[in-house]
Amino acid sequence: MSVTTTERRPVRAESRTAALQSFLGRRAPWAPTIAAVVILLILLVGAEAFLRGDFITARNLSALLLDNAYLLVLAVGMTFVILTGGIDLSVGSVMAFTGILGAQLISSGVPVAVAVPVMLAGGAAVGLLIGVLVQYFDVQPFIASLAGLFLARGLAFVVSLSSIKVEDAGILWLQSNRIRLGDWYVTPTGIIALVVVALAAFVLHLTRFGRTVYAIGGSEQSARLMGLDVGRTKVAVYVISGFCGGLAGLMLTAYSGAGYPRNGIGTELDAIAAVVIGGTLLTGGRGYVAGSLIGVMVFGTIKTIISFMGAEQSWMQIIVGALLLLFIVVQRGIVARSEHRR
Amino acid sequence: MPATTPPLAPARDELPPIVEMRGITVRFPGVLALDGVDFFLRPGEVHALMGENGAGKSTLIKALTGVYSIDAGTITIAGEERVFSSTADAQAAGISTVYQEVNLCPNLSVGENIMLGREVRRGGVIDWRATHAEAQKHLRALSLEIDPRSLLSAHPIAIQQVVAISRAMVLESKVLILDEPTSSLDRDEVDRLFAVVRDLRAAGVAILFVSHFIEQVYEISDRITVLRNGALVGEYRVEDLPRDALVTKMIGRELDDLEALSRTAHRQIDRSGVPVLRAEGIGRRGMLEPADLEVYPGEVVGLAGLLGSGRTELVRLLYGADRPDAGHVSVHGEQARITSPRHAIDHRISFSSEDRRAEGIVADLTVAENIVLGIQARRGWTRKIRKSEQDALVNEYIRALDVRPAAPDAVVANLSGGNQQKVLLARWLATAPELLVLDEPTRGIDVGAKADIQRKVSELSARGLAVVFISSELEEVLRLAQRIAVLRDRRKIGEVDSSEIDLDGLIDYLANEGKGDAA
Repeated sequence: MSVTTTERRPVRAESRTAALQSFLGRRAPWAPTIAAVVILLILLVGAEAFLRGDFITARNLSALLLDNAYLLVLAVGMTFVILTGGIDLSVGSVMAFTGILGAQLISSGVPVAVAVPVMLAGGAAVGLLIGVLVQYFDVQPFIASLAGLFLARGLAFVVSLSSIKVEDAGILWLQSNRIRLGDWYVTPTGIIALVVVALAAFVLHLTRFGRTVYAIGGSEQSARLMGLDVGRTKVAVYVISGFCGGLAGLMLTAYSGAGYPRNGIGTELDAIAAVVIGGTLLTGGRGYVAGSLIGVMVFGTIKTIISFMGAEQSWMQIIVGALLLLFIVVQRGIVARSEHRR
Repeated sequence: MPATTPPLAPARDELPPIVEMRGITVRFPGVLALDGVDFFLRPGEVHALMGENGAGKSTLIKALTGVYSIDAGTITIAGEERVFSSTADAQAAGISTVYQEVNLCPNLSVGENIMLGREVRRGGVIDWRATHAEAQKHLRALSLEIDPRSLLSAHPIAIQQVVAISRAMVLESKVLILDEPTSSLDRDEVDRLFAVVRDLRAAGVAILFVSHFIEQVYEISDRITVLRNGALVGEYRVEDLPRDALVTKMIGRELDDLEALSRTAHRQIDRSGVPVLRAEGIGRRGMLEPADLEVYPGEVVGLAGLLGSGRTELVRLLYGADRPDAGHVSVHGEQARITSPRHAIDHRISFSSEDRRAEGIVADLTVAENIVLGIQARRGWTRKIRKSEQDALVNEYIRALDVRPAAPDAVVANLSGGNQQKVLLARWLATAPELLVLDEPTRGIDVGAKADIQRKVSELSARGLAVVFISSELEEVLRLAQRIAVLRDRRKIGEVDSSEIDLDGLIDYLANEGKGDAA
């Protein structure tokens, strides 16, 4: 057989439209994420116009990352889980539990170098429990993580019923230190969140583990028949999500200067909303952490706009709800189309 | 059409089998799925595994690939006795399977699907450029020039199947199992797939091919192994086994120990009037080529054909369970739009599915409840049926069909298959249909119940009910039907009058009609 490929093949895509199609065929999965970027831009520009130039400022945009860093970390963990086709409802409670646990430890004199790893490990442990329930006891992710939600919330109340102030300089530094560039600034929490995003993107796209996550979301049955390690990967995504919950607990403690057992009620839903708005399919297999970053920014922008307008925060929920509906319908359309093609 | 495959070089026969399965026995609770079956697969051959549903084909494949464990027998791969505990195990030993529903990930790229788990990595980090280049190499080896970075779901099933084969080749498989790979392909796609299969055969890969399409089996295979009811019928070279011999071996001839039914088939049917149902050119792409069918009052029309020939597809289209994309239907001479079972029921057409567990019986309800269900659905949920009326109805049908135990309160799940089928039949009869469609009503039930059902069908048709009757047992079709529509490879190939044909004639028709000379 000849090595040149130009004319010998029966199944060659030749025309220009075919070339375009092949480009679209490659890039199609990005469509929902690109839509999220467009929505973010519309929101920013719209708010800028509406508020007569007071919105898109370095200060506001910097604050956007600062205020939502913990949510971004939660959303990254959630992205792993949703990519496999699962869901993790426990993260809001895990964040509260690890936050109050850390605050309690530090206030009772445990060094930060011990308290922080305990927080992270605590989050990961709840995730491990959920993962094992899902994978080895065949419990629906919804139910398993609901159990995790109640468990972590209960544990938070066991640690303390009321808020515990954190006065450790190292923890507060995460929040208060501002690395400035002109009017722009970033806090260590913001850097942590961005590093988590970058790390997650690396793992998901350039490691075998990450690709197995996508394969499971595409078809768990196929992934198993292809000889991939489905079981361990599925447990691992819940551990990652739990770990992110612990990290978010640390960041929220730094942000608010205290641990509080009622923190983060409903935050798991915000994280899920951000992931979905960022273009990750709830059925799994499609989506990007970069999308979740955008989703969190959309979420944060809506919140900021509403507080700028002085409107009721309930509008926040209405708008997020409407956006979610829109995205789920769009995603349904994408899925239906790709099934139609088969 | 390409000629049947060239005969094998004699030397190939001398090659020792790469897969030797001897005395394979697999038991499931209450069922002997495989009974001492021998199967040999040689390098460089395409070997078709044939048999009707329940013959044990998929059990044999699953025994080979480690999905089922075997109760007796030995599996020897390349001279070494092996026991696989998972498909991953079998894959590692060079046995790959391409299933009917492609088992790949539609959300990933073509290249990634091929290379998943075998990506080119540098220090643990995937090198996508090299991985896709490698995938492209494997695709080209199968003459497929597609962009490895394109999404798998952007390609038709046929291409996806070749991608699945490419994946098998990355794993350096020596044995490739193709399980019904062509069932959703059109002719061009089948040709493309077969070209790939021939290349692989030439490269010395041993290929196990399972298909319901007899013509395709003759087109591509070198050898055929026939199974029936979990037992080996025999292994044949394709040129030694004409089509009608194959069909006979697959179906078998069961001794007719059913009580002698008067051959209702010989009853004269008045076809001068208006048919209950007339379908013209009804079909759906990928399911059934457009076909005509007429059913007159008091007539039993049999549909004969092997599994997958399109007989179930035809009645599903008539009933509106699947939406036809061609043709039209009239009921009693009037145009009817039947696009859902609801419409069909409104036109007094009842359909008893071949899968009575999934699509018929509600196993947790009682006999009485199951029977009343159909009539209740017809009347609408808001109109209560009086208890006395229910009891009368239920008792009448239990008696008429001899349901055992004759207890209206028995839970259906505890009844035998034959009695469940009777309950299902009673449910449809209670709705007083004018056309009754029965898809495999006697499959898997005991002889007594079978005879009861046949007798009832014949009685009802004598009283004017129009019936469409599907069965894999040709004798049964011959006995009950006055007219038989024959289907093959998703096409209706003709109709025969059952008084003018016997079993051998029907088998011959089924296998050869419209094909010229058999191979």
